[in-house]
Amino acid sequence: MAEPFEFPVDRTAVMLFARSLGDINPVFWDPNDPATKAAGGIVTPPTFVQSSAHWDPNYALDLTRPRKGPAPAHRGDAGGGGLGRGLHAEQHYEYHHPIHPGDTLTVTTRPGERWEKQGKRGGKLLFSESITDYTNQDGVLCVTARSVGVQTEKAVEQ
Amino acid sequence: MTVKVGDTHEAVVVENIQRTHIVKYAGASGDFNPLHHDDTLAKSLAGYPSVFAHGMLSMGLTGRMLTDWLGATSLKKYGVRFTRQVWPGDTLTAKGEVTEIKDGLATIKLVTVNQNGESVVEGEAVAAI
Repeated sequence: MAEPFEFPVDRTAVMLFARSLGDINPVFWDPNDPATKAAGGIVTPPTFVQSSAHWDPNYALDLTRPRKGPAPAHRGDAGGGGLGRGLHAEQHYEYHHPIHPGDTLTVTTRPGERWEKQGKRGGKLLFSESITDYTNQDGVLCVTARSVGVQTEKAVEQ
Repeated sequence: MTVKVGDTHEAVVVENIQRTHIVKYAGASGDFNPLHHDDTLAKSLAGYPSVFAHGMLSMGLTGRMLTDWLGATSLKKYGVRFTRQVWPGDTLTAKGEVTEIKDGLATIKLVTVNQNGESVVEGEAVAAI
């Protein structure tokens, strides 16, 4: 089980995330829009919690992040995508409570199931799951994410 | 939002996706896997023809179709399988169909296809209606 870390949610990060998805919905950036007021304030796109990667001290897919020590090794069993032969196979979210700018989420990840499958083109496929809870400063669980990563024995051919 | 079983919705969520789109998602999400921005490494490290988009970019774009259709705060569940890679130049269309309504919750079957009609993302969402 990875060490939990804090993910402060800020308005600029939400705006940039929405923008990267081509999303101009004011509910993700304009606090004065009627739609935002109706939503109880700025909310976050459905996949926004992915950007907690910026705050994950052990996040391995940011090789140029400035660090005091060496970069963490990529864990092949960590779910999600990976370098080289790793790919992100599935992603699932359950939404329990809205996330707003100003929230500080505690991110807690635990390993899930692991299984193997024979691939059609890439040899044996090794699947692994990780499950992440995003809990806000009031102790309210906001989002549960389940990520499935797959490692192939050789590069996937197109 | 009022929907009924059989209702469908679709939207072109990105047209002719550029490396710049992918890089912008990398910056926003924090996923700097070089397979998504470094053509040289994508070819040499893993034998891919070029960089390709993060699966999570396809999921995020598909999510935009959902929130535009059903509202930004209605989703209860959203899950996908990544079925095919998205390459620079691809155009993606996200499609949803209401398959069940029960206890105020609509189940939506999802598929996002490229310009050849091949699925890149398949999944399901549950939204409060």
